[in-house]
Amino acid sequence: MTSQPNALEIEDLVMHFGPVRAVDGVSLTIAAGRVTALVGESGSGKSTVGRCVVRLVEPTAGVVRIAGTDVTHLSRRQLRPHRDAVSIVFQDPAASLDPRMLVGEIVAEPLRLAGRRVPRREREARVAPQLERVGLRAEVARRYPHELSGGQRQRVSIARALVSEPMLLIADEPTSALDVSVQASVLNLLADLQRDIGFACLFITHDLSAVEYLADDIAVMYLGQLVEKGSRERIFARPAHPYTQALLAAAPVADPVRQRQRQPVLLGDDLPSALDPPSGCRFRTRCPLAFDRCATEVPRQVPIGDGMAACHLVQPDGTGPDVRTADPSEVLS
Amino acid sequence: MTTAAASTAAIVLEMRDLSVSFPTETGTVSAVDGVSLDLAAGEIVGMVGESGCGKSVTGMSIAGLLPGSARVSGSVRLNGTELVGARESALRRVRGREIAYIFQEPMTSLNPVLTVGRQIGEVLQIHERMSRRAARVRAIDLLTLVGIPSAAHRVDAYPHQLSGGMRQRVMIAMAVACGPKVLVADEPTTALDVTVQAGILQVLRDLRDRLGTSILIITHDLGVIADIADRVVVMYAGRVVERAPITDLFAHPYHRYTAGLLSASPKPGRHASTTRLAEIPGLVPVLSTQPDACTFADRCPAADARCRDSAPPLEVARGGPDHLAACWHPCATQTQEANR
Repeated sequence: MTSQPNALEIEDLVMHFGPVRAVDGVSLTIAAGRVTALVGESGSGKSTVGRCVVRLVEPTAGVVRIAGTDVTHLSRRQLRPHRDAVSIVFQDPAASLDPRMLVGEIVAEPLRLAGRRVPRREREARVAPQLERVGLRAEVARRYPHELSGGQRQRVSIARALVSEPMLLIADEPTSALDVSVQASVLNLLADLQRDIGFACLFITHDLSAVEYLADDIAVMYLGQLVEKGSRERIFARPAHPYTQALLAAAPVADPVRQRQRQPVLLGDDLPSALDPPSGCRFRTRCPLAFDRCATEVPRQVPIGDGMAACHLVQPDGTGPDVRTADPSEVLS
Repeated sequence: MTTAAASTAAIVLEMRDLSVSFPTETGTVSAVDGVSLDLAAGEIVGMVGESGCGKSVTGMSIAGLLPGSARVSGSVRLNGTELVGARESALRRVRGREIAYIFQEPMTSLNPVLTVGRQIGEVLQIHERMSRRAARVRAIDLLTLVGIPSAAHRVDAYPHQLSGGMRQRVMIAMAVACGPKVLVADEPTTALDVTVQAGILQVLRDLRDRLGTSILIITHDLGVIADIADRVVVMYAGRVVERAPITDLFAHPYHRYTAGLLSASPKPGRHASTTRLAEIPGLVPVLSTQPDACTFADRCPAADARCRDSAPPLEVARGGPDHLAACWHPCATQTQEANR
């Protein structure tokens, strides 16, 4: 295991769309077989990171290495041999499956694109185990996507993503469009497949309960930058960055007794624009603990265990105030 | 505390045996089948269920917002006045003034070419016959009420200049402009981020506390329900399958569907390496006619012949006066069942 290259290495990734600074210096490493969740609110740039990794967009700057190969600026032709190493599952399975293709064709498509022609009569034999692996009957290969339910379609997306046996799976909000009971089965399936096959996964989501269930490590993104990284256990038990703390406090738990004992942290509604992000710490305009230095100085990344937190209030030993309990006037005096 | 208060408070909205069906090319689709529901003054009732269970149709029928093709039977009374079958002109007087409705997506429900002040003012000019100037002043008050900072400035903003959370606050301001008795909030936070959601739920709670508004909040999110509702109604395939005070429902779900729903969402502190999420096998049925059977029977681990022969009435399983479930085989040792 130790000789395997990291599934994913991102260094100082920058992705600007014209004046929009969607991703602004993100570094992240996922070791082989690990599940890292990338969490953040809409507009934080988390999906753009995923799109840069699979090269749906070419990054403005920075480096993306998949299984040890720098794929950042490869041409389409040069990229092709490396396509097998990474796959993506999107949020909306209805929009990401070609409605005119049979499920069997959809699942076999990555093999065809990789130059491994699969004759039609062999296709079913090749595709059947892939479908079974995601809990679908082999007959589904002869159906069209519109004949399937949302959960079944998402299983087809997962089967397609895994047919090339990738080292890395990008799962971009794979359960967000699904009903609760269907979400459960897709989360179970991802957990089973990940354990059995051992691929690494970048799990992009805003659903913190799914993160806690599926992830080994967590990276928290705010307005194009990472504000905290760490193990699942550490982030949920001792979140260091005020934004991570606020995010955990805001996600309601499905238990009325516990939920009503919790102190809400109200941040205000206005996520600043990625066109003109705030100076210094980008979270300062919504941070209950912000002080003068936050406006003038970009916070340094304080190492905490294997991870980090980028906040002026986090001490070198990784401790700091907690916005869920702290009184802002005391922290700053 | 609010639950105890609610049981003695006056009933504002009384829904009895509401059924709604829609004719389609392939036959009639039954969306709501015999739903009964009371809303007391100052009470927040959560209606929970998955897509297609009929929760939005139920909400729209309260506000008289169903399309003309809908076939509606049963009764919806607001302070004694029947709304089902009422004339459009009568409904128009009720809508906005007595009953208000908040939609999921604030961007598509706001007019992009009018300032938010004009849109809130329009409600007041029509219903309260206010002058444009007075309406503007009141609009600023309302924006302040829903927690919009520097409301005197924001009143002249266009919807696109506001964030999603701000837009939803504007929708709420518009909805409560005439001091409605009943507010129907259909997935009011689903399009929003969690940090913004917490603020919107706080606004709804404030409205109830300050103005005594009764709120029906429709959502698929059990966390939102756990946060805000006094009572919960669980819907499945067009029917109410369980109704209970908030803590009872989460502590002792009776209906197998409720129990399944509760254990399907990941619990804090649990990881895939040690726990498996409970799945509900099968699919929500699409019904042309409501059968005389339990609609959940095909997906239920406890279903037997009786469940397929006769529909259990809501009263069949009782856990106290307010906790009812429509199930022939309610969870016996409820908490263990739900946690397994």
